[in-house]
Amino acid sequence: MPTSTLAEKAKQNGSGDGGPAAEPAGGQLGGLLNGVLGRAAGSVKDSLAARLRADLDDRDPDYIRENLPLAWLIASLWFRAEVRNLGHVPEEGPVLMVGNHSGGNVTPDTTVFTLAFSTYFGVERRFYQLAHNLVVASPLGQILRRYGTVSASHENAETALSTGAALLVYPGGDWEVHRASWRANKIDFAGRKGFIRLALNNDVPIVPVVSVGGQETALFLGQGGRIARTLGLDRMLRLKVLPISLAPPWGLNLGDFLGHLPLPAKITIEVLPPVDLREQFGPDPDVDEIYDQLTRQMQEALDALAAERRFPVIG
Amino acid sequence: MRISECVEISASPQEVWDYIAEPENYLRFMSGVTRWEIRGERRNGLGARYRMLIRVGAAEVGGLIEFVEWAEPRDMAWTSILGIDQRGRWRIRDLPDGRSRVELRYAYGVAGAGIFGWISEKVAAPTLRRHIRRTLHQLKRQVEHERLRNEAQRRRGAREAAAT
Repeated sequence: MPTSTLAEKAKQNGSGDGGPAAEPAGGQLGGLLNGVLGRAAGSVKDSLAARLRADLDDRDPDYIRENLPLAWLIASLWFRAEVRNLGHVPEEGPVLMVGNHSGGNVTPDTTVFTLAFSTYFGVERRFYQLAHNLVVASPLGQILRRYGTVSASHENAETALSTGAALLVYPGGDWEVHRASWRANKIDFAGRKGFIRLALNNDVPIVPVVSVGGQETALFLGQGGRIARTLGLDRMLRLKVLPISLAPPWGLNLGDFLGHLPLPAKITIEVLPPVDLREQFGPDPDVDEIYDQLTRQMQEALDALAAERRFPVIG
Repeated sequence: MRISECVEISASPQEVWDYIAEPENYLRFMSGVTRWEIRGERRNGLGARYRMLIRVGAAEVGGLIEFVEWAEPRDMAWTSILGIDQRGRWRIRDLPDGRSRVELRYAYGVAGAGIFGWISEKVAAPTLRRHIRRTLHQLKRQVEHERLRNEAQRRRGAREAAAT
């Protein structure tokens, strides 16, 4: 089973050995304190790197199968979810599914789509999802890894596709998932085009997946991009945002680090026809052109889904 | 969880059997079924395999099934190979006046799913029962319509033969 070597890379970069952080700053007490803190930080980083290691073998089809009923109950009763046109996903072989992301850190659209994919194609079909490092490293990450969730990186994506798996990515990631509620029906990948290069490098089709309703599961007030930059979260934790929302049970929810209880908004997901990039855009395609075309196509589909909704949350 | 419903059809058991033995007909009369595709070399009969999906709540559930009983024209049963655990059975019995009693039994679940498996089976039951009732009514309509069409064709053929 091929695995990526994120932990090794972290060590090569000096982030996994706990050494550089342990330089004495002056004085015996200060040196001791720095040493202790440095070792603690090193230990945390080691633990984090270990958790981010993408072992595709962590995915457990039996576990997924046994938990389908719970996911089905949540998707059917709470979110009244509907997933359309899953037949557009090629029956076999590697495929890159690209979705718009909604719902804060709870991401109900991922739960719904994972359920739909697993029941439609069977848990036996290899299916992985890329997620933010913090999600994979969180206590919940252990469960998510059994569903096939791996830390978002090019290496992990390539590893998954090379095994012939279906891979779900959300290019907008933490930026899009926390967009304000009044921008709920906008595709916002923040100009991230890595997924296109990924599809081209691996010569796999892209299947756009458009969902609506996820951003109505709380009142999202803003992404807090400036606050995240000021606090240096971008450099330390790859976090572009420090979102603010109104959500149960917290009321005012800063950061959404512990998640929230999502409102029972109706979620509808539509799978669009697959796009063979070289067939459609030529042998040496322009990444910007593909990006514009794909996001426009997804926006049109999202507009159509949004037009079907009469009321927020109710659908 | 097991669901069972039956219907009386104004057609012989053989006529009903011929209709339900044809895999192409399943998308016409099976309510909620979104896929019924032949998998493997056998079109029908013992050992024939199909990929079937039925929409229940937020998902299309089902998987690969195989026919494990094929006693023409009385009993036809399938069981799941992949996907959710399921067993299905057609029981066709003779009634007076050339009619038939058709029963469809469907048992389903997910082994090892625990309490949530039990709850989801209960929650899914009304939807599946509705699908099965509608399936039997559609089967009755299709088979009886087919029978009337065949009889009309026979009468027309007899008339044309008499005229010539």
